Amino acid sequence: MSDLKELYREVILDHNRSPRNFGEIENADRVVNGVNPLCGDKMTLYLKLDGDRIGDARFEGTGCAISIASSSLMTERVKGSTIEESLDLFNDVRAMLTGARDPDDRMEKLAVLAGVREFPSRVKCASLAWHALKSALTSDKSEISTE
Amino acid sequence: MSLEARSRPARKVDAEVARLREDFPALAQKIGGKPLAYLDSAASAQCPRSVLDAIFEQQGMNHANVHRGVHYLAERATAAYEAARDKVAAFVNASSREEIVFTRGTTESINLVAASLGGSLLKAGDEILVSGMEHHSNIVPWQLIAARTGARLVPVPITPAGELDLEAFERALCDKTRIVALTHVSNALGTVNPVRALTEKAQAAGALVVLDGAQAVPHFPVDVRDIGCDFYAFSGHKMFAGTGIGALYGRAALLDRMPPYQGGGEMILTVAFDSSTYNVLPYKFEAGTPNVTGAVALGAAIDYLSRLDREAVAAYENGLLAYATDRLLAVPALRIIGTARAKVGVASFVIDGIHAHDLGTIVNDESVAIRTGHHCAMPVMDFFGVAATARASLALYNNEEDVDRLILGLERARKLFK
Repeated sequence: MSDLKELYREVILDHNRSPRNFGEIENADRVVNGVNPLCGDKMTLYLKLDGDRIGDARFEGTGCAISIASSSLMTERVKGSTIEESLDLFNDVRAMLTGARDPDDRMEKLAVLAGVREFPSRVKCASLAWHALKSALTSDKSEISTE
Repeated sequence: MSLEARSRPARKVDAEVARLREDFPALAQKIGGKPLAYLDSAASAQCPRSVLDAIFEQQGMNHANVHRGVHYLAERATAAYEAARDKVAAFVNASSREEIVFTRGTTESINLVAASLGGSLLKAGDEILVSGMEHHSNIVPWQLIAARTGARLVPVPITPAGELDLEAFERALCDKTRIVALTHVSNALGTVNPVRALTEKAQAAGALVVLDGAQAVPHFPVDVRDIGCDFYAFSGHKMFAGTGIGALYGRAALLDRMPPYQGGGEMILTVAFDSSTYNVLPYKFEAGTPNVTGAVALGAAIDYLSRLDREAVAAYENGLLAYATDRLLAVPALRIIGTARAKVGVASFVIDGIHAHDLGTIVNDESVAIRTGHHCAMPVMDFFGVAATARASLALYNNEEDVDRLILGLERARKLFK
């Protein structure tokens, strides 16, 4: 079953081993706690805004390789983007994770997360970080859950 | 049930129990070209052909609504349903059939007791004792009724080995303790609790005892009168009977005094708009059309287990648990969570650097089914300081090959995450 190789691609394993942007931001503009109650993935997202751009994005958390890698890839990608660009990206990533859309060139490295489509029980692991991002940017809630 | 009986069962018994696997059609299937190694029976067990046949026959040929029909099929369905109740009563050695209430499962059974008994008995300041190893279904119903009545939930801690802290249990019992709710066997840890002794102590302190037997009944005979408990709850799908059915044993004297749990048809004698009167036991607690097919399936599962030499099966399972434990402990960076002296075939474990969820997904690729997560026992996870564990659970139809395939899958995970 080669689907597993699609899920645990080298980029994912790398970002799990050495997550980028791991840590907190003091005096963050937005802080959101996310939890995946089904499996215990937990993450806290910190954002520093620079006008309408994301100046800095960091995260802390524990969880499976997919959730850690997704948080790492997400923070890496959105740093420097505008809020609007990031919210668009959220929609695109969500469509990709649920199989509604195939990854395109715009996804770049994020396309590695598409492997999760063949593993429905793991979609929430990948999407946790992105729901936290959306919540942080729309200031809905400061605690979110994938339920 | 002791891990200490590490001597391997006689070859003859092995072969006989091994043949039991053939009774379970689900186990013959291949997934992705690899034969299924089902190590998740603690979550839900597979059904033997005799249970499947009973379901087909009941739903196909004997189906009608029960208890009030005067036609032939209704009489057949009612007889089948009530015969199943008699089987359950005998299975747990209840004093009478009035003491067996059919429910949807252990969770509903405990909710019934919490709402009905708890609701009528508990006052502000009363205490409900639970253990630190309980499944959420033996915690939350008590929280709900405690909130309604002003009673207090008192958790009794467990030891690092995953056993109940017996001294803490005795210290926690006091004149405010009204209800003691305990699991017979822990689903997360496999621990078998000394429920006879615990029941004696609890009742001596004036408390009523409610036991969660979901993980016990698949593995060894349970005698509720020998244990002495006031209530005993269990589920069909954990004991090879399929989902949607379970039972509650309750002492007749207690059930008699308890108010109804759900209202509706079947549980009444007369209904008028100004008042209604309730049916006798056990029907007072069975509102609406029951899961007749489920009850029949449960009866068929009881028949299946009763035909086995249960002692031989338990010895086989213990031997298999010992084998699995040895093989798991040989995996580098693997730690077993739950090392009680008395266990059923449950092995919860963590591997350093690999999250349980990833372990589960990778071994699934080898067609090995285990469960990962908090196992509806978050307090247990918190106690051991882990977010989740991977859990392999053994039933009478598992064998060493299943365990070997799990180990291979774990090795694959370790290589991937190096």
